[in-house]
Formats: sequence, structure tokens, C-alpha cells
Amino acid sequence: MTTEVIYAKLLPIIKRYLPEDVDTNTIQPDSDLTDELNINSAHLVDVVLDVEDEFEIELENSDIEQLRTMNDAIAIIQKKIS
Amino acid sequence: MKPEQIQNELPYAKPFLFVDKLEHVDENGARGHYTFPESSFFYEGHFPEYKITPGVILTECMAQIGVVALGIYIYNLEFPGARIRMVDAADIDVSIALAETHIDFKKPVFPNEKVTVISTKEYYRFNKLKCKVEMRKENGDLACRGFISGVIIPQSRRG
Repeated sequence: MTTEVIYAKLLPIIKRYLPEDVDTNTIQPDSDLTDELNINSAHLVDVVLDVEDEFEIELENSDIEQLRTMNDAIAIIQKKIS
Repeated sequence: MKPEQIQNELPYAKPFLFVDKLEHVDENGARGHYTFPESSFFYEGHFPEYKITPGVILTECMAQIGVVALGIYIYNLEFPGARIRMVDAADIDVSIALAETHIDFKKPVFPNEKVTVISTKEYYRFNKLKCKVEMRKENGDLACRGFISGVIIPQSRRG
């Protein structure tokens, strides 16, 4: 799966948990999910669970510890599906 | 952990403890009951002329029995001896925070009514516990139901 395809599938998941006061246009590949997009830690778990369903993968604690940005998410997904 | 042990570990105290007895806890859910005394502080204002248990208090009762008690049980499966401690916490101890609630209120709960809370685990992943919860009156009527989730925060991760 290409980075573009993963990004396109990831975007609606991120949008689902974006706080109302954060513009969806601010989402960039290097956006920090918690610091910049303001997704709280409880919703970050929901993002991860939705990613698992969407890409049919299973993530571990060690994966989540590396997850800061959209690009990190894409890298983790790529590693898991390859 | 046995239900009695978990009940002793609940971090609440009067007038904000809404658990009389934790009846059953296993990794899939929890069950317990509480009777709202007519002397409870909130009835003075909710409402002065008509005492009715506030929805936020029903939600809190469901969270204490259904989510916090279950969270203590589940966390102890992996980390035996971990307790909820905000102060004087050991490395193994945790704090717990409410994350989300979505509750539908069906029937009012009046003073001196006994309610039973039943929770069913939806998932426990990455320290987040999401539960389906319901509250039944003594006659079996549904008082309220919905979803509550909370997060367990290990002390070692606190800044």
C-alpha cells in the first residue's frame, strides 16, 4: 500500500476524533496528533482501534509509544501490513 | 481481586461514594448496588420542592461501580497490588480519570430507592476502559443506560 493510499484512509479516522475547534485543513503529514491537533489521549486510543479495524492489523504498546504524528502512524501501518 | 477488596480500594468517600456493595466483578464486567439516602446533600437543591436524583449523580454511581471498580480489577490482573493513589503513590500505583460518557435517562430515581448497576466491558486497550452500563430499579425498570469510558494513568507516566 502506498503512503498516499494509507494517508487517504487515515485522514477520515483522524477527522472523526478532531476537536470541534480544530480546522480539518490544519491536518498535515507532520502534524503532532496530541500537541497540534489536540486529540486527547482517550481519543488517541479510539484512533488506534479504528486504524486496527481499517488496516486489519494489531498494534502494541511499543507502537503507540512511537506514535506522535500522522507520518509516524503511516510508518507504523506500513511496517505492520508489509 | 475479590469484590470486597476492590470496594475497599475505591478512592471515594462520603458524600461522594455511591457504592453500598460491589456484588460481582470479573474481566468482562461488574455489578453492584446503592441506595440513595434521603439525607443526600444534592436533594436539598435538586429540587427544593421535589426530590429527584440528579442525572450526573446516577452517571457517577454507574462510573464508580461499572468502570472504576472494573478498572481496578482489570489493572490488577496485569499489575497485582496496584492501587488508585493520588498522593503518596508507589511506582505501581495509578490514577483514574473519566474520559467520555453517553447516557440515556429513562426513569427517575427518587430518595431511598435502591439501584443496581451492571456494566459490560466493550474494550480495555492501551489503558482505556470503555463499558456499556445500565442502572436498574428494584422492580427491574431501567433507570438509565449508556456508555462510560475512563483512562488509567500509571504513576510512572505522570510528569
